[in-house]
Amino acid sequence: MSNPVGQAVLWLNDPLNWTNPGGVLDRLGEHLSISAAAVLLGCLVAWPVGLWLGHSGRGGGLVLLVSNVTLAIPTLALLTILPLTFLGFGRSSVVVALAVFAVPPLLANAYTGVRQADPEARDAARGMGLSGGQVLRRVELPLAVPYLAAGFRTATVQVVATAALASFVNGGGLGQIIRAGFGLDIAAGGGQIIAGGLLVAGLAVLVELALALVERVVTPRPLRPARRRANRRAADAVAGT
Amino acid sequence: MSFRLSYRADPGNPWFSWQYVRDNSDTILAALRDHASLTARAVLIAALVALPLAVAAHWFRSLAGPILAFTGVLYTIPSLALFAFLAPYLGIGAITVLSVVVLYALLVIVRNAVAGLSQVPPEVREAAEGMGYGRWGRLLRIELPLALPGILTGLRLATVSTVALVTVGVVVGRGGLGQLIFAGFQNNFYKAEIMTGTLLCVLLALVLDLILAGVGRAITPWLRGGAR
Repeated sequence: MSNPVGQAVLWLNDPLNWTNPGGVLDRLGEHLSISAAAVLLGCLVAWPVGLWLGHSGRGGGLVLLVSNVTLAIPTLALLTILPLTFLGFGRSSVVVALAVFAVPPLLANAYTGVRQADPEARDAARGMGLSGGQVLRRVELPLAVPYLAAGFRTATVQVVATAALASFVNGGGLGQIIRAGFGLDIAAGGGQIIAGGLLVAGLAVLVELALALVERVVTPRPLRPARRRANRRAADAVAGT
Repeated sequence: MSFRLSYRADPGNPWFSWQYVRDNSDTILAALRDHASLTARAVLIAALVALPLAVAAHWFRSLAGPILAFTGVLYTIPSLALFAFLAPYLGIGAITVLSVVVLYALLVIVRNAVAGLSQVPPEVREAAEGMGYGRWGRLLRIELPLALPGILTGLRLATVSTVALVTVGVVVGRGGLGQLIFAGFQNNFYKAEIMTGTLLCVLLALVLDLILAGVGRAITPWLRGGAR
């Protein structure tokens, strides 16, 4: 019984731990809905800005700055500060805090996605008489899809992972199970802590795999090899090289 | 869902207060020192482990795939889950925090170092071989110096993200400045304490990043001036 992994298996095998109010199923629902809202908010903000910056060719420095600054801000700080602002306590502040961390990968990939569009395709579109907005919508946007998908995947996985920290401010989600375990004595809570860790990690890996599949499906066949390049370029953009 | 609480308008809870900083300078400095030392130790340990791994991945192509795949999977695991896996075995305290942040810093450094090493132009490598450099001589005299920009980028990224990640250590009671942030939240949402912790955190990341950037400039004189 003293073996924490054994305890964790025991904890996970108790159906009440899943179906109770505040059990795994409740927490999973919270986790997914918070994450989905945060990613949606991040996309609504980052994609238009990133696409426009990429289209106009300006603001590369801004994209870099956003990545570097958000890297330095602790998640815990945003999670504790935002409820004290006009957002108030509750789900909205948690969602905004997580969305902030979804923005850099979305922004960087949208920006690089448009920037890497073949200049000749762009020139041809202009020669055909397309306006700036039309070039963006009909030429650059479709060519940027693999990058957008790669950014979406990175951002979503990161949000799902970070959402576990919402438990610090009682924001719900699967992290709550881990926190509750730490609230118990470590000898008694060890099993629950590990069980919670397994659930959180398992969800993150599942989401990663599922989105890898989605990314493959939405990427047109001729553009498929571009995915690796997209990830690498976006990583370079973040790294500032 | 959100409800407004009356004390939010209370002037007794400002966002920043020198009074608080003065009265609690001991606690604040202790937290800052703890945070800085945890970060420094973590990055140092991570670099010492990561560089041999990167060199191994560079020398033995068959190792590169597994090493990069392992670091990629590790990066998907949420930090809180990693704490959850390690805490029951390592207990509550600095060792657990260090282990978690070292693992994350490790993979950032490994990835950038591998990228840096693979960017050494093949002509340079052949020239070195032609000049009679052996495997080790080529590594130490040619490849590592040329990979320095990549390695330094990795170190800087690892340092900045480690500073942010250490705060999660509050879950085992050793979060450095995170301790301050969390205590502020629990002490009736004392904003000045939360803000002081946050600002010091960001400042610490900035200062460490600038120091590393300065060191990088100093040890790569050939990159200064000219086209770059």
